[in-house]
Amino acid sequence: MSDNALPIHGWDKDPILTVEHLFMRFGGLVAVNDLSFRVGRGDITALIGPNGAGKTTVFNCITGFYKPSEGRLILGHGRAPTAEELDAVTLNGERGLSSSDAGVYLLERMPDYKVSGEAKVARTFQNIRLFSGMTVLENLMVAQHNALMTASGYSLKGLLGLPSWTTAQKDATERAKYWLDKVGLTERADDPAGDLPYGAQRRLEIARAMCSGPILLCLDEPAAGLNPRESLELNELLRAIRAEHGTSILLIEHDMSVVMEISDHVVVLDYGTKISDGTPEAVKHDPRVVAAYLGVDEDAVEAVEAVLDEATGAQS
Amino acid sequence: MAVDTAHPAGAVAGSGSPILPGALKDAFLTGLIALGLLGPLVGFETVVIDGALGLAYRPLVVAIMVGIIVAGRLILNLTVWSPNRPPKAQAGSSPVARGILAISPAFKPALLAFAVGFPFFATLMTGGLSESRYLIDLGILILTYVMLGWGLNIVVGLAGLLDLGYVAFYAVGAYTYALLATSAPVNDFFAAILGETFWANWAFWFCLPAAGAFAGLWGMILGFPVLRLRGDYLAIVTLAFGEIIRLVLINWVDFTGGGAGIASIPRATFFGIPFTAGEDGFAALFGLEFSPMHRLIFLYFVILALALITAFTTVRLRRLPVGRAWEALREDEIACRSLGLNTTNVKLSAFATGAMFGGFAGCFFAVRAGFVSPESFTFDISAMILAIVVLGGMGSQIGVAVAAAVMMGGMEMLRNLGFLKQIFGDGFDPSLYRMLLFGFAMVAIMIWKPRGLVSSRDPTIYLKEKKAVSGSLVKEGHG
Repeated sequence: MSDNALPIHGWDKDPILTVEHLFMRFGGLVAVNDLSFRVGRGDITALIGPNGAGKTTVFNCITGFYKPSEGRLILGHGRAPTAEELDAVTLNGERGLSSSDAGVYLLERMPDYKVSGEAKVARTFQNIRLFSGMTVLENLMVAQHNALMTASGYSLKGLLGLPSWTTAQKDATERAKYWLDKVGLTERADDPAGDLPYGAQRRLEIARAMCSGPILLCLDEPAAGLNPRESLELNELLRAIRAEHGTSILLIEHDMSVVMEISDHVVVLDYGTKISDGTPEAVKHDPRVVAAYLGVDEDAVEAVEAVLDEATGAQS
Repeated sequence: MAVDTAHPAGAVAGSGSPILPGALKDAFLTGLIALGLLGPLVGFETVVIDGALGLAYRPLVVAIMVGIIVAGRLILNLTVWSPNRPPKAQAGSSPVARGILAISPAFKPALLAFAVGFPFFATLMTGGLSESRYLIDLGILILTYVMLGWGLNIVVGLAGLLDLGYVAFYAVGAYTYALLATSAPVNDFFAAILGETFWANWAFWFCLPAAGAFAGLWGMILGFPVLRLRGDYLAIVTLAFGEIIRLVLINWVDFTGGGAGIASIPRATFFGIPFTAGEDGFAALFGLEFSPMHRLIFLYFVILALALITAFTTVRLRRLPVGRAWEALREDEIACRSLGLNTTNVKLSAFATGAMFGGFAGCFFAVRAGFVSPESFTFDISAMILAIVVLGGMGSQIGVAVAAAVMMGGMEMLRNLGFLKQIFGDGFDPSLYRMLLFGFAMVAIMIWKPRGLVSSRDPTIYLKEKKAVSGSLVKEGHG
């Protein structure tokens, strides 16, 4: 936590995702209000906040399920895009640009399936969304759809059973097997996904997202409903994903044991605005975070406001 | 319902005690309800008296029906619903279920063998080629519906998109063949290059792929406007699409011949050899005695081959990414999009593939009948095909085939209810009750097999062991 001493953090130097002035309005309700933050490449970043703070809305904006009312979401493949590249993409109205060593995608311009298929941002859902009537293995095969579709010659080669398709299918199965091993579901590969216990379904959803080969994995409350032992296993899994695959992780989480244990960077939301941003250590002691989470007595409100005024006064 | 009301009556009596009073009371009440319902419904009959419409009453028929209901209820109360009856063990599967499981691997090959040998069995059974005409016609009809069911199964069973206008693609296929085969410019074009009779002899074989492709194209045209629709809305728009096609066929008289339809469409040929009595006809060339049945039997094998191609392609497609995407779409559309599946393409490919097979079947229909008119493509056909898919079990190939055979064959069998005349007298016309019995049969299947005859799902890929997925986990889709 020596980062505290340095004002420049890893996520500022090489962000994989930069959220700039994100607004999301539903009619008169402002769910996300001028939110800006960065997700560092190779970091585990946690997005936390009380219920209804707008975390899932931010997720839906990033993954293309909502079109933001305002704002720019920049995803950089390979390295952070330079200012010139960024200006070029923003002005020419394209969804993204990619060169041999790097790519830049403006996620707010992309439909949901392209955010996953082209920009390589995978996500899981707060209420698990598995293909419950399909087997565990089939779930992982569907996740590799785009690659397999090309390999099957848009079904033509597949219908004829050409060897190139058979090989591709075998490779995809191997990849699925690898992830089944990782999440400990190899034994249940041929069971319907809907038959798995809750914790296993959560792990399967992560494995399915990873099968699509993402560079940024967005997890919406991955530890919800898990017991302490399963939470611990989840921590291990997320660490392994980052270490072995270099996948950056952005997660929404309420379970503080997970957040404080594994994240490198924490962003705190309340009522759609960012109230704190920094290392877990720094965020934990931020009076605004404490106030947002625990609430304060009537008497303490003024005291906290005084502290806040002092803090903001000192900054400006 | 019936069981619920029967139990309290017996339960009061307690185990081992006489249950007759309760059963009698229950039967009496049922009889009263039946009398109330059947009295006006069955009792009154409209008759013509001196040229004016009048009412006659049939107390005897009502009495017989109520008597059957009371007796049936009483017997059921004393036997099946009796509280004294030892409860059935739920854990073990019934001998019937085990029996079905034991023969199930042999079922498909046996069914296929029967379908291939059917014309011979029919000829043997009826004792002659000409006499087997009715059975072979019925076989062709059933196989047409099997094929249509398998085609719609892709859209409804696999992709979970409710399509009430499937008959539109059947019509597109039939009219594609009818219009192209009777078209004078096309005929002249081929007559100039390949001889006078070329087009008449080969039209079907050229138009068959064209009909499929054209119907597939129309499937995509329908797909585009309904992409955003779900559930009831999707069903209504597809229903409207089916009606639009039919109304266009009726009203565009210059092009389609309107309500009069298109007649004298060239008949099917044995790959260019016509089924005629002439010298270069099929019979003469193969040294057979001429019979009009040759063409019919050939048509039977054509539709059998088309249906098998449909089944084979569907089974193959299910194991390909596109088929898995269809099923994933049925399970959860949002999850599909989060994994990079372009759901627009997935839906359109399902509509187009399903429509294509409908188009093939339509082309076959036109060549078999030699005549098409908008009358043949009403909503009834869509409803019938959908009923076949739902009864068969959505997504199941074998279930749909059995359902088609039961529905179409059963409908035909119900025409032959002559024995009922002996019960109800000579004035009784059993064929009038065909639809009623048919409705009862459908309700019965939906009570005992709510997910269709084959409700479990076959996984498309497995690591160690293929386990069927229970129907209760499989979703029906959102449309």
